[in-house]
Amino acid sequence: MKPARFDYHQVRSVAEAVAVLNRYGYDAKILAGGQSLVPAMNFRLARPEVLVDVNNVAELDHITDDGGTIRIGSLTRHVAFEQPTVDGPLGHLLTMAAHHVGHLPIRVRGTFGGSLAHADPAAEWCVIAALLDAEMVTRSVAGSRTVPARDFFHTVFTTDLAPDELLVETRLGKLSAFAKVGFQQFSRRAGDFALAMSAVVLEIRDGKIAEARIAMGGVSDRPVRADESEDFLRGRPADREVFVEASHLAADGFEAIGDIHGSPEYRRDLARVLTRRALEQATAS
Amino acid sequence: MTRWVGQSLLRFEDPPLLTGEGRFVADLASRVAFLRFLRSPVPRGRIVSIDGPVDVTLFTAKDLEKVRPIRPLLHREDYRPVDQPVLARDEVRFVGEPVAVVVAGSPEEAEDAAEQVYLNIDPLDHVTSASDALRGGAPEVHDHIPDNVVVDARLATPGVEEAFGAAEEVVEFEVRSRRESALPLEARGSVATYDRRSGRVTLAASIQSPHVVRTVIADLLGMAESDLRVVVPDVGGAFGQKFCLAVEDVVTVWVARHLRTSVAWIEDRRENLLSSFHSRDHSYRIRGAFGADGRLVAIDADLVCNIGAYSCYPVTCGVEPLMAMVELPGPYDFQTYRVRSRGVTTNTCPMAPYRGVSRPVITLAMERLMDQAADRFGIEAAEIRRRNLIRRFPYTSATGLVYDEGSYLASLDRATKEFDLPGFRERQAAARQDGRYLGVGFSTFSERTGYGTAAFAARSMDVTPGYETVDLSMDPSGYVEARIGASPHGQGLGTSLAQLIGDELGVDPAKVRIVHGDTDRTPYGWGTFASRSLVIAGGAAKLAAAHLHSKLAAIAADQLEAAPEDIAISGGVARVAGTDSGVSISRLARLAYHSSHRLEQGMTPGLSAVATYDPNGTFSNACHVAQVEVDPETGGVRIDRFIVVEDAGVLINPMIVDGQLHGGVTQGIAGALYEEIVYDAEGNILTTSLQDYLPPTLTEVPDLEIHHLETVSDATLTGAKGLGEGGAIGAPAAIINAISDALRPLGIEVNETPATPERLRSLVRRRENGERTFA
Repeated sequence: MKPARFDYHQVRSVAEAVAVLNRYGYDAKILAGGQSLVPAMNFRLARPEVLVDVNNVAELDHITDDGGTIRIGSLTRHVAFEQPTVDGPLGHLLTMAAHHVGHLPIRVRGTFGGSLAHADPAAEWCVIAALLDAEMVTRSVAGSRTVPARDFFHTVFTTDLAPDELLVETRLGKLSAFAKVGFQQFSRRAGDFALAMSAVVLEIRDGKIAEARIAMGGVSDRPVRADESEDFLRGRPADREVFVEASHLAADGFEAIGDIHGSPEYRRDLARVLTRRALEQATAS
Repeated sequence: MTRWVGQSLLRFEDPPLLTGEGRFVADLASRVAFLRFLRSPVPRGRIVSIDGPVDVTLFTAKDLEKVRPIRPLLHREDYRPVDQPVLARDEVRFVGEPVAVVVAGSPEEAEDAAEQVYLNIDPLDHVTSASDALRGGAPEVHDHIPDNVVVDARLATPGVEEAFGAAEEVVEFEVRSRRESALPLEARGSVATYDRRSGRVTLAASIQSPHVVRTVIADLLGMAESDLRVVVPDVGGAFGQKFCLAVEDVVTVWVARHLRTSVAWIEDRRENLLSSFHSRDHSYRIRGAFGADGRLVAIDADLVCNIGAYSCYPVTCGVEPLMAMVELPGPYDFQTYRVRSRGVTTNTCPMAPYRGVSRPVITLAMERLMDQAADRFGIEAAEIRRRNLIRRFPYTSATGLVYDEGSYLASLDRATKEFDLPGFRERQAAARQDGRYLGVGFSTFSERTGYGTAAFAARSMDVTPGYETVDLSMDPSGYVEARIGASPHGQGLGTSLAQLIGDELGVDPAKVRIVHGDTDRTPYGWGTFASRSLVIAGGAAKLAAAHLHSKLAAIAADQLEAAPEDIAISGGVARVAGTDSGVSISRLARLAYHSSHRLEQGMTPGLSAVATYDPNGTFSNACHVAQVEVDPETGGVRIDRFIVVEDAGVLINPMIVDGQLHGGVTQGIAGALYEEIVYDAEGNILTTSLQDYLPPTLTEVPDLEIHHLETVSDATLTGAKGLGEGGAIGAPAAIINAISDALRPLGIEVNETPATPERLRSLVRRRENGERTFA
């Protein structure tokens, strides 16, 4: 459990980082918090020839409130979200999610952008990005791209990022002040990757659901949105019967993955229960 | 007079460990070459060739031709010996088996070198589960054992059929405990240093039994035992996994001698989970016959233990099935018993004893039996136990074990009272109205400890452990050194022995240094395992200290012109009882060494004493109560309360006792809910990191409520009974019973560990009348 040989580049700017990426392409890997990459290297499952350490790139470490949007620099550590970063339901939702990210030492080192770029389907930030239709801003020597969350996550550990691209920031649209949020997850132990999680945003007007978003993680090869369930919810009353039906629609709407901790059937079962509970949690708040 | 026994002294062992000054085996691996083992990637296969580039230092079984295979022995008709070469010779028998070793300048380079070696192995059919291995036509793990059964032991008292024929209720079920790892935080490892001047090798290893390891490695390598010194630095947990011989340690010594240099093998976590010893993996079929009064009359049991690919040295793979067979009856009073117990070899990592050995599983079996019987009779779980626990002492079990006095009934009653069972039943009923599932589980059990030579001899072991020796001396300054054959590795035994010796000699325990884990310095002993060290090394320490006390009293009597029997020693001063006349121990010590001409005629100079102790053994006992809440929608379990009423006789250091209980119960929780080694159909292990093998963390472990009873029996010299394993023995049954109690309204019985969320959820799903019962 010692890594294979690699070269190490410490960069101080995004320009420098993308220049190194441009030179080494597939052979290079970005080192941010290292909470997933370094263990993978120790197991020799990841064998990058070049590590590009971006920990000293100050321009990547920010949370900026643009009024309607917050922009999250990729180097923002998980721990930054433990207290609300913005007022209102969005800040509350991010706080709920942050508390489920690993353990404190992981939250202190690990980064928001690193989590998205790593694209573990059970990562909280990937689910949040899917839920909020986040936009990912990338940079390479060729320029900048903006990729919507629906296109960003391809499959397990695979994103739309090209080998010469760096994820520089993620943009989250703010939620209405009347939005209600829920976040539920189930894991074997506190701090473990979730066997399943479900995050919801509801807006209720005149006793009816005006807007609904549901995203689930840990259950498929990428974070999944429950489009059919969201459509079903819109215009219906926020009651238990509706939530039960919506949670069934949500849990039936994806291709489930499995491993020794949970078969596909079990994860689907959990997705259903957690979606119902997240909807109930949102309306109870 | 200060009495040190019974005080919660802070452990003398802790300050260096807590300040980062501990020295573990990896800390000793400086200026050494590093070994990396190549391990079999297939569960069974024939080795065709092993090739590496010329610049890689590579050794295979061919190079180690003269090394004898390990042959753990039991002298029993029902045991078939299995040889294990230290590097696989012609055939590999489990994924992870060492087949070759490379040597390089650093751990990283050793891994690089290992990647350049090509193992050409022709795969053969394999078998990983005991039930598959027992089927006719199953692949043979060893050629000379066509049915894969290594141990096949039977016992039967008369009257079994009659008892079942006359029974009011017969409870029959299967119980299964999946495969676990003892999971020491520090994996295994060793550093072998070759001394070119003397030809001696010093092996520093993370192990539990330095003398036994010295003997067996010398035997296997054909070297003089005096040419090998085994030392044990700080050990970061062992729990049995480091008691049996690691083949890697043998190879490490061989390479050091072969290359005439110093080499280190520092096991990593993946290796540890892959190929260090595993444990548990038992499947039992149990039938219990009960009379109309709810009393257990007879048990008929068929026990199967998966022992892995090889037998472990020195205790052999018989340890699990034979202990399970003899100790299954536990704390219950019945005399009609029939049992068959088999150890089955498979293409999996070999098994070794792990904290509790068979007893977590036999306790699970007996406690599930009691709860299911209570259901049949419509009585409380506590009540059926009350009707069946042993009450008379000494008690002789159906298998001939003699139980010294314990508090089986009293510990149950105390636990029931502390828990407030009637109050809980009300809260449980109210919670069910709210759709919540609470449950309580009891686990009453005995823990046989302090196994002496006679107890191990009953198992017909070729290597028969048992006794312990303590070699005690007081130096001219009045400080005491005790050299012991036991090999504590985190238990705080040094502190406990210092307290015992301190009381006996009338000195402050801070003046008593315990030396262990060095075969050049300590008397031959068996190391630390089986909850034996406090009982046996403690007894030997007390005996040796008593001898030394006599000599000090004799010298003092001479100096104070009194009779030796009138001398009382305490607080570092020897006094004539009832007078002010006294002399300090340090003066007596100085006199014994520096003015020996002033000693009574015939008395030898100096102050030392050696004593050996070898008891028959004793039984501690306990009752655990777990309260859980089960979420039937997810299968999740939360432990809300955990009570331990423990009777370990005289408590030498209550804080250390509580620490043992915390650690043991945590490992019991691990087995009940979390930890499981998983093999896939191809014989690969899927749980080779701590992302997949899941020990509970502090978040998953509740605060324990511990209560002590102190039954003093004459089975041990100090009155102390061992309890190192009790927490791990009792906790799984309490938790599984509590889960079954919680899910009783759904008609669910849980008879398997670990009770993972998916297993529980699938049991619930099967009981659901429609998909939406819980949605």
